[in-house]
Amino acid sequence: MTAGTDTALGLTESRTIVGIGVKVLLYAVVVALFAGPLLALLSGAFSEVTDPTELSIIPNRPTLENFSVAFDFGVLGYLMNSFFVVGFGLLLQVIVSVLAGYALARKKFRFSALALVAILATMMLPDEILALPLSILLADIPFLHINLMGTLAGMIVPIGAWAFSILVMTEFMKDVPLELEEAARIDGASELRVFAQIIVPLCKPAIGVIGVFGFTMIWDQYLLPLLVSTSSDTYTLPLALRTLRIEPEVTPGVVMAASLLALAPSVIVFLLFQRSFARGLTSGALKG
Amino acid sequence: MTIHTADAVNTADAPKSAAGTSVSPPPARRRGRHRVQGQWWVPWAFLMPALLLFLVFRYIPMVQAIGMSVENVRPYLGNEFVGLKNYETILSDPAFRDATVNTLVLAFGQTLGCLVLGFLLALLLEGQTRKLSFIRSAAFLPVVVPMAVIAELWRIMYHPTDNGFLNSIIGIVGLAPSEYINSPDSAMWSIMLMGIWRGGPYDMMIILAGLAGIDRGLYEAATVDGANRWQRILHVTLPGLRPVFSILFILAAIRGFRVFTEVYLMTNGGPNGATEVVMTLLYKLGLEQQKLGVGSAGAVLLFLATLVLTLAVQLMLRRKKDA
Repeated sequence: MTAGTDTALGLTESRTIVGIGVKVLLYAVVVALFAGPLLALLSGAFSEVTDPTELSIIPNRPTLENFSVAFDFGVLGYLMNSFFVVGFGLLLQVIVSVLAGYALARKKFRFSALALVAILATMMLPDEILALPLSILLADIPFLHINLMGTLAGMIVPIGAWAFSILVMTEFMKDVPLELEEAARIDGASELRVFAQIIVPLCKPAIGVIGVFGFTMIWDQYLLPLLVSTSSDTYTLPLALRTLRIEPEVTPGVVMAASLLALAPSVIVFLLFQRSFARGLTSGALKG
Repeated sequence: MTIHTADAVNTADAPKSAAGTSVSPPPARRRGRHRVQGQWWVPWAFLMPALLLFLVFRYIPMVQAIGMSVENVRPYLGNEFVGLKNYETILSDPAFRDATVNTLVLAFGQTLGCLVLGFLLALLLEGQTRKLSFIRSAAFLPVVVPMAVIAELWRIMYHPTDNGFLNSIIGIVGLAPSEYINSPDSAMWSIMLMGIWRGGPYDMMIILAGLAGIDRGLYEAATVDGANRWQRILHVTLPGLRPVFSILFILAAIRGFRVFTEVYLMTNGGPNGATEVVMTLLYKLGLEQQKLGVGSAGAVLLFLATLVLTLAVQLMLRRKKDA
């Protein structure tokens, strides 16, 4: 390969001292720009930061006091609410997506195109635009007449179906060879058995993708919990940050300690499953 | 995905070859499959949870929003039909007009900023080495951090005194301290800057995937023809990325129209309405002032704008493909 034609810029191939120097400098700037503020948050959470001006990348006067003050304000309870919502929300989302993906990818049936369009169209109906009617509807669910306002269930059920996850699942299931399914049917496997014992186990990678994506998406939810919560009992942690900030005794250090708890789960999930994440990102954006 | 499919083929072959020799001539086999596939309700049963949830939480609220937009919504008294009056009210409201302008400015600025930043980052961080993938992950972190956390963090960093975090950093370069979100003059671009910081790395990842799809041979050919780095990017990379850019543009613009959380948390539309966007205004109208009819009219307009934008870009793309 000709030198310098591997990438658009051809940066990776430069071997001169100046070239390497420029490269390293540019990379350092990138890391400082994006990881810097998050490092400041990390250090702030563990430092005695009583005023916003004391924020810095390097921790000074290290302390765990911020966390204990945050716990005094019920942060642990909000964290539990968040985990509850993300746990059950994700479970529901994965089940719904796997079921729907199976029908869309492996079955030929009348009006299947219509069903797919109905699902894809929801991508153009974002929660934000539906916020007002949704808040009324949650107080009286159609057909069942249950009031979900002020409950964690009200934050879970509406996110149970997500077009993105269904799409990823469908695309993936299309690639599972048909022969495998046929063989199982010849051996007398029932519809449910084919689904549960052949297709679902083969779709583990895709379940990983929608799991990681669904997790960060649900964890990031703001408007829906804001609509549903009628008291601080059902606040999720992202929602609680704002009310925490307004408390007069709460210092920026405490806000950052709570923020750290609010960001840690999604950052950890991302770092652990980066490969799944990248795959979902490209399949979701480039196929859509 | 490919590795997994290869696995599946291997396991698939074993039972088939075993069964194929012993029984079932092809016609009978086909009829058997047809019978199972023919139960019309089976796919619908699998689709039901998804369709039901979408019906209840997407389609019914949408219909309700359209319904409320032509009604005077009165709790306990019953709604009365008022025709297009709510639309007239909201369209003639100067606050709504200002919010629309602000939303467009924010959406456009953020979309463009994210694309430019994403492209620069992608060019810089394209490559296979492990060191680069580490830097890419570091750059991508803001995308996975919840918006509520980002907003709180930037509020602290934007502290307006000259010893605030960002002010002391720009002070090193000799720039004057800024008021950021506290001043109507700078609040909008402060929110925009934060949005670009969070959205740029997302665009970077998508653009990186697009860069990987560009034929390496084209770079080589361009280099042989005497093109320099700049010309290579201009004539090979940018044209190759056109479909990626258009998809990112639609996604980001739609996201920009619905922007809520960051504005709500950073300024809640202030100072003095300088950052009021459509969604924060609708939230105040509908949920704080209980003007549900007027709020719904605004939401329907927002939806139509999103729809028109999506369809327009789709049409443009299709025409370009045909040409």
